[in-house]
Amino acid sequence: MSNRINALNIESDTALAQWSWRGLMAIAAVVLLQLYSSVFDSYEIGIVVLTAVSLALLGQNWSGFRRHVIAVTVLSFIALWLYGQDLSLGETDFFLSYILASQSAFMWMSALFVMATVAYFSGLLMRSSFTEKVASGLTWSAATMGMIGLMVRWRESYLISHDVGHIPVSNLYEVFILFAIITALLYLFYERRYQTRSLGGFVLLVITAAVAFQLWYTFEKQAHEIQPLVPALQSYWMKIHVPANFVGYGAFAMAAMIGVAYLLKSWCQTARPQGLLANVLPELSMMDDLMYKSIALGFAFFTVATVLGALWAAEAWGGYWSWDPKETWALIVWLNYAAWLHMRMTKGWHGRPMAWWAVIGLFVTLFAFLGVNMFLSGLHSYGTL
Amino acid sequence: MPILNGLPSMSDDSRPQLPRHTLGQRIFHFLGSMDLAITLLLALAIASVIGTVLQQNQPYTDYLIKFGPFWFDVFESAGLYDVYSALWFLAILTLLVISTSTCVIRHTPSMIKDMWNLRTHVQEKSLRAMSHSHEWDVSSSVDDSVNKLATELSQQGFRVKQTAKEEGILISSMRGGMNRLGYIFTHVAIIVICLGGLLDSNLPLKFAEWQGRIKIETRDLATKDIPAISRLPVGSNAFRGSIHIPEGRSAEVAFLAMRDGYLVQELPFKLEVRDFRIEHYATGQPKSFETDLVLFDDELEQPLEVTISVNHPLFYKGYAIYQASFSDGGTGLSLEAWPLDSGAGNKPFSFETKVFENRQMHWGEESARLEVLSFRPFNINPDPKEGDPDNLRNFGPSFGFKLRSKTGEAREYLNYMLPVPRNGRDFYLSGVRSSQAEEFGYLYLPLDSEGGLTAFNQFLKRLYDLEIVESVAHQMMLETLASVEHKDDDLEQSLENSLISLVAMFMSGGFAEVATFIDTTLPEAERETLGPAYLSMLREMLARLYFSGFEQPESDADTEQQLTFLQDAVDAIGSFSRYGSPVYFSLTDFDHVEASGLQVTHAPGKSTVYLGCALLIIGVFLLFYLPQRRFWAIVKKKANGSNIVLAGMSNRNPREFDLFFEQISKQLKQVSGNS
Repeated sequence: MSNRINALNIESDTALAQWSWRGLMAIAAVVLLQLYSSVFDSYEIGIVVLTAVSLALLGQNWSGFRRHVIAVTVLSFIALWLYGQDLSLGETDFFLSYILASQSAFMWMSALFVMATVAYFSGLLMRSSFTEKVASGLTWSAATMGMIGLMVRWRESYLISHDVGHIPVSNLYEVFILFAIITALLYLFYERRYQTRSLGGFVLLVITAAVAFQLWYTFEKQAHEIQPLVPALQSYWMKIHVPANFVGYGAFAMAAMIGVAYLLKSWCQTARPQGLLANVLPELSMMDDLMYKSIALGFAFFTVATVLGALWAAEAWGGYWSWDPKETWALIVWLNYAAWLHMRMTKGWHGRPMAWWAVIGLFVTLFAFLGVNMFLSGLHSYGTL
Repeated sequence: MPILNGLPSMSDDSRPQLPRHTLGQRIFHFLGSMDLAITLLLALAIASVIGTVLQQNQPYTDYLIKFGPFWFDVFESAGLYDVYSALWFLAILTLLVISTSTCVIRHTPSMIKDMWNLRTHVQEKSLRAMSHSHEWDVSSSVDDSVNKLATELSQQGFRVKQTAKEEGILISSMRGGMNRLGYIFTHVAIIVICLGGLLDSNLPLKFAEWQGRIKIETRDLATKDIPAISRLPVGSNAFRGSIHIPEGRSAEVAFLAMRDGYLVQELPFKLEVRDFRIEHYATGQPKSFETDLVLFDDELEQPLEVTISVNHPLFYKGYAIYQASFSDGGTGLSLEAWPLDSGAGNKPFSFETKVFENRQMHWGEESARLEVLSFRPFNINPDPKEGDPDNLRNFGPSFGFKLRSKTGEAREYLNYMLPVPRNGRDFYLSGVRSSQAEEFGYLYLPLDSEGGLTAFNQFLKRLYDLEIVESVAHQMMLETLASVEHKDDDLEQSLENSLISLVAMFMSGGFAEVATFIDTTLPEAERETLGPAYLSMLREMLARLYFSGFEQPESDADTEQQLTFLQDAVDAIGSFSRYGSPVYFSLTDFDHVEASGLQVTHAPGKSTVYLGCALLIIGVFLLFYLPQRRFWAIVKKKANGSNIVLAGMSNRNPREFDLFFEQISKQLKQVSGNS
């Protein structure tokens, strides 16, 4: 019997690994649904099943992701067990306050991301594949700590009070962490597929910027405090709309950073063909391809997210489309990348102009993500950034 | 015509065109061109920016103030206050739909063909010329090899067809033909979504308005007085209207905001609001807004009773009813008006009013209009304490109002119902500001030992009573000059007059006016010594006026209390001129009535739009993640076996296809028995 050759995964893991992983996800989903059958409505059940299926698909040929999921699960459970019912343990318990409480986990995440960025660039410039491997490991650890932080924060919100509890994707602070984690995971996915670590520093640079903003936000505005949800956000839609959006944002950000690397390399090739950068960065055609892949992925998820947003708006705001600034900017981002993809797929444009366009696209995306909240809803929301 | 470059050719630039003769053909070509499509996508993006930078659908007066009359007119004629239904914006959208439609019409036939066609007409020569090709010999017979290859390709998910050729047998195969469906789906989706959106737009209303069949109402009228030309009957038209219904009341219409006015939309049912509730978190932030709603429809056996809340609307017969906002529904207020002017000392005037009610108030010659604006049943405000800087405290009910003078000027007030403790004493709090942009400044009226305003009122009365002021001034003059030996009538008279006028100045403008008097009338040399003397004389006068109203105090503790009260009262009276109202309204009772703000919408195009969205998502994933891959193999007879020429192509992911082609080739070589 011949194996079917699959396009999505370049190398398949052993059947045993695949099936035990799928089995594990199925069991986890069933146990979860059994435990909470009394509180879950049909949407929650759908979300659990969807999550299990996505994790099973992502992990079946990606051992790094499997380890990530297992580490997040085990450590999050340890944190939950340490917490019990007492939120104040987060400040007194040794393991919680130094490692696993959400705030501590986010600090670890931030530090690890910065270290990973430095490691990737040193590995690149010193041409040390060992350093680059360390950088990958750091990135995985950072994503894992971040994810643990989100999981634990989810629980912490319920410990504050049952009615305050909610999934931590509800405000700018929380989605910044989500952005860092998702972008890192997307990068790690392509790092494995394209077998190159030399772009890591560039992608991690945008994550480091996000982390820097998030740290400023924590210390300057006390944004890390868990706030109860306003009525408009109390919906199961939030659980799927926001993550889908951030796969989009993350992919667009990655495409832009690859665009930067592309421009740098193509500039170095003409200016200093023997220079270091011209030789350590991956070949142009590969970066071009990766940029396209990234934008296609982002576009697909951004489309899904925008449609989900429209469905949510039809339940919360009185109509699926209201030309609200956030909606409109989502459309602008969508139109921008739609034009990019048409240029690339049908007019066959590639290379420098498309790289520039991807970089500009990041600024459009950034405005949709941050600028709208800062500038467009009047003075009030500016103050509460 | 086989497309061998792997790219779907949607643009005319990438393939030779038939000669174009007629204007129609040229227009068709122009409309379907990729350049136009990309230009329109970007134009739409840029046009959309305008509407987010300039706040849309605000009251026209706001724009007028912001831009001035000239730019206001320019922007209005460009439709910038409602960009998304401006003609030029709709024109871009229409062009985009036409352009997309042209593309779809032009390419769908070839796409569908490409989806199924296995391309059995290829020549060996062209296979060898393709960038992915392999050739090898096997020992098995032609039929055997063909069978093995075809089976393996089928197992790999390819659709396979065999054709007998002159030189041998051609195997054509394809996987992922649905990729082409992705193109059709995504582009049809855009058209479907735009058409659905058109169904739900207010274009028909604009058209009817342009024809003169309806007219936007700009006056503030009672619902029943709104003329028929501004009313829309129940029908299939799309709308988004809103309505405020006070608790216990009902409505059968919704209001559609249109530019600087509104239209009335009749509803096929009646909505009654039984109750509106706000629940709060422990921190005071709102947790939920809920309305108990009853829907009456003759077609229903019994009225529909539902509770709606944010994120949980009621869907009924294609109409959706949302919890959108809330407001006061005309809360009943019992007020007492305490005069702060020369009428002080009289019993306060009690009356009943309601939120949103206006009433003309008279005091002496003066009159002003009381406009009650708002009521809040509680106010959770920060109240920092030692050791707990984040402490919150409920300050109790409050109501807001404006006092509008005959000239139209108004000040806004915010009065709290319950006394507020400050430094251990209780005060009635009343905020005042002259415009929305300002923060409230507060008047603190001290409470007496009974917990009322009587003591303050009595003190105030004495200050206004010229006879009392004169006798106290006379007394004080005598006591002040008792130790002076050479006194004359002039000195006596002048001191007494000064004391009286100091009090009068204080009553009209507080300490500030006295200070101005000192600064402007006293010679500079004497200002330093006389200024403080004047102020202390005034303070003594005020104290004398206060204490002359009592019998002798019974104990020191009482005096202590009275002194603090005096200080607080003097502070309050000193700020009267800034307070600006001749009366203080005290809230004694209320009957809270809320109004639920509902949004009622009818969107007949919704399912069309959703269909379009589903097509779009399916299409995008097909387009990106289902590459169309074709493999051909020509198997020729050869001595001792057969010769195989394999070629393949993919329309996506050329990089991955390199690997894929190698893997498939390896697999095929293996099964065919590579020799």
